[in-house]
Amino acid sequence: MFYREAGQYKTTYQADMSVFPILQDRIGLALIIVAALVLPLVAGEFMIASVMVPFLILALAAIGLNILTGYTGLVSLGTGAFMGVGAYACYKLSTTFPAINILVWIVASGFVSCAVGVLFGLPSLRIKGFYLAVATLAAQFFLQWCFVRVPWLYNYNPSGAIEVPSRTLFGIHVTGASATPTTRYYVALAIVIAVTWIVSNLVHGRVGRSFMAVRDMDIAAQLIGIRLLRTKLLAFAVSSFITGVAGAMMVFLWLGAAEPDAFNINQSFILLFMVIIGGLGSLIGSFFGAALIYVLPIIVRATPETFGLTIGAATVEHLTYLITGALIIFFLIVEPLGLARLWQIGKQKLRVWPFPY
Amino acid sequence: MSVAAVEPATAAGETLLKVENVSLSFGGVRAIRDVSFDIRRGEIRAIIGPNGAGKTSMLNVINGFYHPQAGRITYKGATRRRMRPHQAAAQGVARTFQNVALFKGMTTLDNILTGRTLRMHKSFFWQLWRYGPALNEEIEHRKYCEEIIDFLEIERIRKEPVGRLPYGLQKRVELGRALAMQPDLLLLDEPMAGMNLEEKEDMSRFILDVNAEFGTTIALIEHDIGVVMDLSDRIVVLDYGNKIADGKPDEVRSDQKVIDAYLGVVH
Repeated sequence: MFYREAGQYKTTYQADMSVFPILQDRIGLALIIVAALVLPLVAGEFMIASVMVPFLILALAAIGLNILTGYTGLVSLGTGAFMGVGAYACYKLSTTFPAINILVWIVASGFVSCAVGVLFGLPSLRIKGFYLAVATLAAQFFLQWCFVRVPWLYNYNPSGAIEVPSRTLFGIHVTGASATPTTRYYVALAIVIAVTWIVSNLVHGRVGRSFMAVRDMDIAAQLIGIRLLRTKLLAFAVSSFITGVAGAMMVFLWLGAAEPDAFNINQSFILLFMVIIGGLGSLIGSFFGAALIYVLPIIVRATPETFGLTIGAATVEHLTYLITGALIIFFLIVEPLGLARLWQIGKQKLRVWPFPY
Repeated sequence: MSVAAVEPATAAGETLLKVENVSLSFGGVRAIRDVSFDIRRGEIRAIIGPNGAGKTSMLNVINGFYHPQAGRITYKGATRRRMRPHQAAAQGVARTFQNVALFKGMTTLDNILTGRTLRMHKSFFWQLWRYGPALNEEIEHRKYCEEIIDFLEIERIRKEPVGRLPYGLQKRVELGRALAMQPDLLLLDEPMAGMNLEEKEDMSRFILDVNAEFGTTIALIEHDIGVVMDLSDRIVVLDYGNKIADGKPDEVRSDQKVIDAYLGVVH
């Protein structure tokens, strides 16, 4: 009833080509951002540190993978390793040059991951689909091997893990043990909003169209004058930049310390599931996917306690797996194209309500 | 950017593309054998022949998707052993496909805008900000695309994902995408395959209009002989990779070899 575009006339192409052409969408987005900003005032520490910060970081990594898999159609199983590259690069840079602002290093580690991603993206010209997935799997194993076997990467720390040093931003601790969850949350939120905005600019323009053209029909794209190798490598570059930044954030703003195992194949699979269930080729889908796969189990786990039920911890754990798995299957049956598509259908239904079409 | 006033179709005469002694084989299969023909600026040139005659292979050779083993291709005065897809696109060769090759996940408008990729020059870094030069460029090209959308009468499906459109409209959008490249040479691979009579009439009208209004040279493959005879200025007939006839529609129609190989006789 309130979601109508009637009466919103577009008189310029600029207005027609804006990312959110409908006024209600813009209001909704503004409300979400305001809610995200005031959340630390009302939510507890657990909510911020263990739900929201990881959610934002995983959503960012999912956006990175979505550029590659959803927009350009290149399946990757190396996302976890590219996050690792970002994390290790940020750790090395920050411990070697402690005086420089940590935000600079988080962005710089994105560029390191970007270079590694382009290198492992080179086979993508010749191989597609499952075979490319296997090639990126090689990246996953090789890089993870490096994280274990190259002690220089973790500064010869006997535990083999990287531990985040304390770094300040404008005199406030943003990383390390003395940083409050709220500070870390705001830093993560700022980065996620900025990167999402930039990616949204990118996919709505010429570059995004050439990505999708390569995904949908590479022969036609080639004959239009899109160079396949260049476009695919650009997709790898953008994608691994974002996953690299997300990886650096994961260690510096969320975990505080990480072992090579944090960037294993499991992580790659989880991100791929987020992208598939959230919606391939959709930015909002990346957030939905991260919410469904990461946040939903937390909610399920907390439910019995909230209602005062006493169930054994092991049972709760099993139930969580069962319920989350069932819900994932349910959503995939209802809409195989992902939650983003479901969201779109819902909006379309609302727009014409109460008529069927 | 307005629809460029290119020289009118009457300027036909100068050779735009010349294919000389081209041979193409895939392993033991000789798809094209020593074929030569030319396409003049401003004309509508048809390539006909039975299935498997090498018509589509010929188009693929022209826009550089296949590399022939022998022969030369002269396009706009430059002679090459073979074309490359990017080079062909940059020099104004556009193409539609026999089995619609649209970008299915994108809207009609985005498909047509993609056709203008080579004419958009704002760098990656401007694209990151979008607002400013990149958006201005986008709007400028949008204006041109809207002219094509008007021309092809597909205003209603502008924002529709092309995967959901009926086949006839998809073919029309594909033509629009090719037109967005502002091509000098437009290759149409069976633009009317699988269409009903009305859709065929529409498409024929669009092809003639493109030729007349934009001055675009058109090379066309089509099986509907009535349409081919009506539309084209000159016709090449291929059979088993060989050229068996070349000339004006009336000459081709009465050629005994063409009747034997392709047209047949009324019993």
